[in-house]
Amino acid sequence: MTHSTLLKVSGLKQYFPIKGGFFGGKVNDVKAVDDISFEVNEGETVSIVGESGCGKSTTGRSILRFETPTAGEVIFDGTNLTTVSKKELKQLRSELQIIFQDPYASLNPRQTVRQILYEAIDIQKVVPKGEREDYLFELLELVGIQPSQADRFPHEFSGGQRQRIGIARALSVKPKLIICDEAVSALDVSIQAQVLNLLKKLQREMGLTYLFIAHDLGVVRHISDKIIVMYLGKIVEMGDSEEIFENPQHPYTKALLSAIPVPNPKKKSQRILLKGDVPSPMNVPSGCRFHTRCPFATEYCAKKVPELRTPNDQETVNHVAACHYMEEIDFSSLEYSKNV
Amino acid sequence: MAVLKQEQKINLTTKKQHPRLRSMKDFYRKLKRNKAALVGGYLILFLTIVSLIGPYFLSNGINDVDYTARLQPPSAEYWLGTDQHGRDIFSRIIYGGQITLIVGFLSVALGGIVGVAIGIASGYYGGKIDTVIMRLMDILLAFPGILLALAIVSILGPDIVNVIYAVAIYSIPSFARIARGSTLSVKKLEYIDAVRGIGAGDFRILVRHVLPNVISPLIVQATLSIATAILTASGLSFLGLGAQPPSPEWGAMLNDGRGYMHDAGHIALFPGLAIVIAVLAFNLFGDGIRDALDPKSK
Repeated sequence: MTHSTLLKVSGLKQYFPIKGGFFGGKVNDVKAVDDISFEVNEGETVSIVGESGCGKSTTGRSILRFETPTAGEVIFDGTNLTTVSKKELKQLRSELQIIFQDPYASLNPRQTVRQILYEAIDIQKVVPKGEREDYLFELLELVGIQPSQADRFPHEFSGGQRQRIGIARALSVKPKLIICDEAVSALDVSIQAQVLNLLKKLQREMGLTYLFIAHDLGVVRHISDKIIVMYLGKIVEMGDSEEIFENPQHPYTKALLSAIPVPNPKKKSQRILLKGDVPSPMNVPSGCRFHTRCPFATEYCAKKVPELRTPNDQETVNHVAACHYMEEIDFSSLEYSKNV
Repeated sequence: MAVLKQEQKINLTTKKQHPRLRSMKDFYRKLKRNKAALVGGYLILFLTIVSLIGPYFLSNGINDVDYTARLQPPSAEYWLGTDQHGRDIFSRIIYGGQITLIVGFLSVALGGIVGVAIGIASGYYGGKIDTVIMRLMDILLAFPGILLALAIVSILGPDIVNVIYAVAIYSIPSFARIARGSTLSVKKLEYIDAVRGIGAGDFRILVRHVLPNVISPLIVQATLSIATAILTASGLSFLGLGAQPPSPEWGAMLNDGRGYMHDAGHIALFPGLAIVIAVLAFNLFGDGIRDALDPKSK
């Protein structure tokens, strides 16, 4: 599959200043996203995974220019989103859409479904006014909401239905890329599957590209072509989905993977338990950011920042990780982590 | 399939009620269950109608002086008696109702619009604008309401129109604060990001998405503010800083009756009662809509 690059993020940094003191001066920065680069090809599904606070949602928000990035470039379809004018950005917004995590907060409670979708259609002038209703019903049917429910308010729907309305809103402006920010995390497992299947179906039918942000690797496994693993604002591992799952290189990825429940209860699974919490992004650890929690960390890890590189022993084309010792670490040597 | 289509059609036709109408009906249904609010609402309606059309049915003019009928107690001819100049108190109270309601509504409308605009903009944009505006509001809030109104009227001069300005100015900060607070919480919600993501401009977001979602506490505040405004306006007129004699403003009438408390208590009693009823009505109604507007109440 050789597709053209739709989204290219390079050197993206998103710092949030912390103000304090009497005069409200800048005291420190929260380094939510710290120098990350990746590409998303057309028609692909790329997932960003990581713990809470690793910067994955912020990455999505920076791409959409909800926040103005501190540094770096976001090239979407040949246009640099970080420098476009307000007017251009408004037009470009129809091409990039977002589906939010919380279906209870992502719909204006004072608008009916019809009003919500008409607003999107009108702002981007998708169809002329006369055809709005047909288009609206078409959209609702596409996401599995009955057209007769168009005049209901969000609170009259269930969580899964609300998420479908959110999807309909994103689709209404005919986007190329949809960022799914934890789009299924707030839903029941059975509904998760429904919504994921819907997203996959829409991708097939409309040729959509997804940037999927999630904390649950089990969910992204089904749908992703590529996976990006983030930790404390940095990418620690990135590669084809298969590669990441079958052959993880970074201890952090390994730990995340070991947390996926295995269907067979008798099978003894090896779990890597990470100690403690994610360090504060205000005060990131020196060297490798993961060294404070890594069971394999050495002194060297605290000094030198590991770069993303392809593992030595394998010439996999599409797999990079940021760990000094990824070739040497023998995960099976972990005694304490076995059979937990 | 055909059956399903038909069913959908039936659904479509029966559900054709406008959504806004439906939410209005819902609001009324909730309000109706609160008896106190209903009483308040009907009282407001009654006061409004009486003061609007009442004057056309009165036989006694508000300033018809009759020194042969001074300080008369309530009777068939003078329902609420007469004052020291022989004027019919009933007529005056009904005319005064107009003044009271106009002052109440106008001052709150003025203060509310300015306050809400300031508050929403301040909360939404944040930063330096927010700091400067809110410190200004804090300064205004530091004065007790009536004192501030007194000061403003003393500067502008004693006149009922100036009372409206004074009450409007002193109600700005409470509206601004409520609007700002709600805006701060609303602007972080995902639906605001969603419409921004669609390409909506700031103005559209503020008017179409922020305002409707912060309006409930503001409507309550407005209703309760009308009560305070009426009280303040009467208070200022009582002190001689508002409506000037011979205007039948209730506060001014109260002041008129002050000197005759022992001989003819009714002169002060009835305007006082009118003030109490008006204030009570708006307070009851305000509390009622607070409950009815809560989207979580069923």
